Amino acid sequence: MIKQEMSLSKKQKGKAIVESVAKYIFTICAIASIIAVFSITFYMIQKGTPALFEVGIKEILFHTVWEPASKTEPQYGILYIILTSIVGTAMAILIGVPIGVLAAIFLSEVASDKVAALVKPVVELLAGIPSVVYGLLGIMILNPLIYQLEQKIYADSTTHQFTGGKNLLAGVLVLAIMILPTVINMTESSLRAVPVQLRAASYALGASKIQTIFHVVLPAAKSGVITAIVLGIGRAIGEAMAISFVAGNSVNAPFPFHSVRFLTTALVSEMEYSADTHREVLFTIGLVLFAFIMLINLLIGKLLKKNEKKHG
Amino acid sequence: MEASIYNKKRRWQDVICYGLIYLAAGLVVVLLVGMLGYVFGNGLSVIDLGFLTKVRSTLKGTDGVAGNILNTIYLVVLTLLIATPLGVGGAIYLNEYAKPGRLVRMIEFTTETLSGIPSIIFGMFGMEFFGRALGLGYSIVNGVLTMTLMILPLITRNTQEALKTVPDSYRHGAIGMGAGRWYMIRTILLPSALPGILTGVILAIGRIVGESAALLFTAGSGYFLPKTAAGYWEKLGQSGGTLSVELYLRMSKGEYTMAFGIAATLLFIVVVINLLTKLIVKKLRRE
Amino acid sequence: MLNKMMNKFRKVVAVACVAGLALTGCGNENANSTSTKGTESDTTKKLSGTISLAGSTSMEKLANALQEAFMEENPGVTVEVEYSGSSAGVESLISGSVDIGNSSRALKDSEKESGAVENIVAIDGIAVIVDKNNTVVDLTKDELISIYTGAATNWSELGGADQPIVVVGREAGSGTRGAFEELLGIEDACTYANELSSTGAVMATVAATPGAIGYVSLDVIDDSVIAVALNGVAATVENIKGGSYFLSRPFVMATKGAISEQSELVQAWFGFIQSDAGKSIVEQVGLIVND
Repeated sequence: MIKQEMSLSKKQKGKAIVESVAKYIFTICAIASIIAVFSITFYMIQKGTPALFEVGIKEILFHTVWEPASKTEPQYGILYIILTSIVGTAMAILIGVPIGVLAAIFLSEVASDKVAALVKPVVELLAGIPSVVYGLLGIMILNPLIYQLEQKIYADSTTHQFTGGKNLLAGVLVLAIMILPTVINMTESSLRAVPVQLRAASYALGASKIQTIFHVVLPAAKSGVITAIVLGIGRAIGEAMAISFVAGNSVNAPFPFHSVRFLTTALVSEMEYSADTHREVLFTIGLVLFAFIMLINLLIGKLLKKNEKKHG
Repeated sequence: MEASIYNKKRRWQDVICYGLIYLAAGLVVVLLVGMLGYVFGNGLSVIDLGFLTKVRSTLKGTDGVAGNILNTIYLVVLTLLIATPLGVGGAIYLNEYAKPGRLVRMIEFTTETLSGIPSIIFGMFGMEFFGRALGLGYSIVNGVLTMTLMILPLITRNTQEALKTVPDSYRHGAIGMGAGRWYMIRTILLPSALPGILTGVILAIGRIVGESAALLFTAGSGYFLPKTAAGYWEKLGQSGGTLSVELYLRMSKGEYTMAFGIAATLLFIVVVINLLTKLIVKKLRRE
Repeated sequence: MLNKMMNKFRKVVAVACVAGLALTGCGNENANSTSTKGTESDTTKKLSGTISLAGSTSMEKLANALQEAFMEENPGVTVEVEYSGSSAGVESLISGSVDIGNSSRALKDSEKESGAVENIVAIDGIAVIVDKNNTVVDLTKDELISIYTGAATNWSELGGADQPIVVVGREAGSGTRGAFEELLGIEDACTYANELSSTGAVMATVAATPGAIGYVSLDVIDDSVIAVALNGVAATVENIKGGSYFLSRPFVMATKGAISEQSELVQAWFGFIQSDAGKSIVEQVGLIVND
């Protein structure tokens, strides 16, 4: 009897060790993401700030001339690059969000279950297509079309610099398509979360289906739609490969038919080529991009929390 | 009689709105079908045995992506080997061990953040930290470590979702019968969460296969096949471009025929991955 | 902690490499490390190790062909080439992370002061290209300058059709751009509509865009574009050798210190380039052998 008891307690002890080891291992796994985010943040700041002091904050962030390889007087103004990312993202949102929200309404409110089951996989596939493939299609299809448009619009202009269709507009259209799946998915799930009673009440008051959708359901899902927009902004501002070939890549002010460079494409096109101060300034560009992303992430965090509270 | 809802007049606004809704949905469908059709139409004819089994050679005049396919497999397998245990472990901690508090909020916030960081930033970090600070340079190992960080949130979140669907009664039952927590997780939770974990893993494969910005700066662009048995080991320390990176490079060289071939290969993989996920989700629902 | 892990990992890899080599029996007496320095003591045995190159994308065709042929001849050797652009290539050479820096322009004085030595392996012409339907097939130097500085914006100003000029060029740091702007004396004065990051991209864009003009290395010219004559001189190998075509530049494989100071492996690499086999490769990819 005594022997058995002893063995049991021994077993218990071994078990306890295994249990606590398991717990520690899981804790370490969970902390991995904290370590990752902190080291990325640390590195981006450490690599991105030296140029700000070396070249000057004003000279980098508020100047527009980008001539990093000049032998006489290199200039590192990235204002146009920052503005391009902001304007380009805003335009992509203006085009992509209405389409995305309407398509989400189709999926959750209008389409029968059967049709929705057919369209839904389309959205999922769209999300799965690698961004380089979007870029390839942009070069092959979008650029020639936009060049024709450009030639028509600027037929009489003597000052316009022709971009051959590789301009901000092309980049924006690619981005607008790329954010569609993000916007559709988020909006659809928030529309579906709106209680049926709200719709029923609206119908009972004699409202048509369209009136119900736009005056009752959509407002009720407002915070979800806003989250979708912010997610879309994050996706658009961070996209690099899809737009690196379609936007022309010269540093210019962001107008639709200008050849432009985004924060991300500036990194892609020159990162490997750069040295010294040029390289440091590229890391500053990375830091600016990172700052935008962190801002957006904080916003998403706030919004999601708000949504959760609302839906219990 | 006029006010009766049975012969209510169609409002013209309604007609326009319906039109717009159908238009938007139609556009999405047309976009995808058009893109798939265009890529497969231009790309399928490029894909043949030589394309899949040879590598680019200026001297022999051959061209193919065999080396890139091998690199892609290296990256997918090795990244999953590291990221899956890490992600699943993290999810188990969050769901089974952690008590709500600062640490959990922190972990959830950073996981969220990690999934929002664009791949180009991961690329820069990998290049600087793994590449320069740790001296890995452009290598498969560097790519694997960078991709691990990128797909970690994906696996953590899918596992968490799957764990949440396991009823609490399972846990109480096991613990009540004297099972330890780890034993309960191992024998009850993980098996029932497996389809969910698998979905995360498959989504992660899609992410790795499609990634280019992060890998261009970390795993580099090598395209040779190893010549000796030892070469398969040494490859880990050498640069290797995946299919997506190769597609990017071909595009930047203006070699559009090969680019379409690679794009068609990639889209094929994407479609297969989507179907697989569907199957697993279906199975999950049935259970 | 990660650092330690990586060290461990590298050790494992190194051990595995050595074991692998022993197994495959390369007949290699000294257990080689992956560094190129490891083979210095042995002179008659087969070469093994890694040579790393980085730099110009214009030199890709040449470097790829040389790499392939050299590895064919020396199965124990791995040649790694990254195409990062001339400036970055020389930078990596100076910082010691590669053995050879590829540069498609003459080295700058600052680069030479940092220890880089210019080894010219071939001469290349820069061709100015326009799309196939363009009627302007001959430009003077001044016309070329006016196009690239933005003074001329329509082909009709140069005797061509009424069609806008799409000015295509390379990104900052490109050796082709550096050499092109320097030879024309228009450094930092160019207004580009497209700044592309590789030779092939310029070719493809010019071929596909009506009214486009671009510059690429002569060896990549094919019949998808027209290489325009400059000052009436056609862009051909003969004219570059004769000196009448003014857009030409050296292809440099820079080393840190003279070739004779390099590891045996790197010396063998340059020996190969200067051999008949090497020279025929240079010609095979459309370049001019530097005599």
